[in-house]
Amino acid sequence: MPASPSVSSYTKAAITLHWLMFALIACGFALGQYMADLPLSPMKLRYFSWHKWLGVTIFMLAVMRIAWRATHPAPLPPAGTPAWQNAAAGAIHILLYLLIIAIPLSGWLHSSAAGVQTVYLGLLPLPDLLPKNKPLSEFLGEVHEILNDGLAVLVAVHAAAALKHHFVNRDDILRRMLPFLGPR
Amino acid sequence: MMRWLILAVAAGLPVVTAATEQNVVYDKSRITCASRQMGVPVEADFRQFTARIDFDPGRPDGSRISIAINTASFEFDPEVDDEVRGRLWLNAHDFPQARFISSSVRAIGNGRYEARGTLEIKGARSEVTVPFTYQPAAGGVFEGVFVISRLHYNIGEGKWRDTDTVGDDVQIKFRIVTDSPAAKRK
Repeated sequence: MPASPSVSSYTKAAITLHWLMFALIACGFALGQYMADLPLSPMKLRYFSWHKWLGVTIFMLAVMRIAWRATHPAPLPPAGTPAWQNAAAGAIHILLYLLIIAIPLSGWLHSSAAGVQTVYLGLLPLPDLLPKNKPLSEFLGEVHEILNDGLAVLVAVHAAAALKHHFVNRDDILRRMLPFLGPR
Repeated sequence: MMRWLILAVAAGLPVVTAATEQNVVYDKSRITCASRQMGVPVEADFRQFTARIDFDPGRPDGSRISIAINTASFEFDPEVDDEVRGRLWLNAHDFPQARFISSSVRAIGNGRYEARGTLEIKGARSEVTVPFTYQPAAGGVFEGVFVISRLHYNIGEGKWRDTDTVGDDVQIKFRIVTDSPAAKRK
């Protein structure tokens, strides 16, 4: 990231994308957990389609978001934050960005290898990246699940850290992503 | 019977002898069905079938084609297979075979042919027209695709009747390879 004038808050676009993606990821995650072990039914097929549509949407938003982040500086951490915490926060952010790309991709590959094409909103067919291959599909399903478990842990740490800054350190870390909390 | 035949030959009458059936190479042959699930094309195989083909491209009108598919050999993935072989879909237990028996075959030009006949699936019958191509290379390769309405044959009953999730149209695709050239009728 080039040196840039420090900013005190995220842009509206960054804030919108952050919370929109949080909502979509929460839905996709919950739906994924719920649908996987259902017995086969028309409803299950619908859930799978909706889950994939959510995933494609999340992937596209993730690309936009990373492009936005690469061209807009993030606000600096509050003065006095220990270096290890800044490093940890930075690492978690990088991992979160990687996962919001890798998770939809792994789902898409999993579906491809299962022999089920992904057709966005039932209208736009995405290319099948892999030929049908059952063992590979099962492996990719596991990968998809493990990456999601990892995401859940990271999101929990990320949220806990934000709450700790808000309630313990009483700084503006949470407020700059939630401007409607108002100035302290 | 034999005596009549000898008499007919002796009398110089044209005798149509049944052409030899072509030998089907099952390893290279494939029958699949493809449906759409919420816009997603999903293709599955029938692993076991028997094809009896007696086809002469020069005289297609005398040809006979019959195909019997083992419905329990439907294969996509284990969860789907159990459901599709089950009572609501193909009911492989009570209807172990789906059959096509041709009643007439004709050339429609450009190496293309059309077999009309009866298709019977799950106890329901209907007359269908199956277009196909025939390539004489390496014995003979028959390829074609036609569309059936799954609901017409009660495939996918009850909760599965709704065509918003699994569409009504099912494409049946086949590629049947034979290793003996089409026998010329005398």
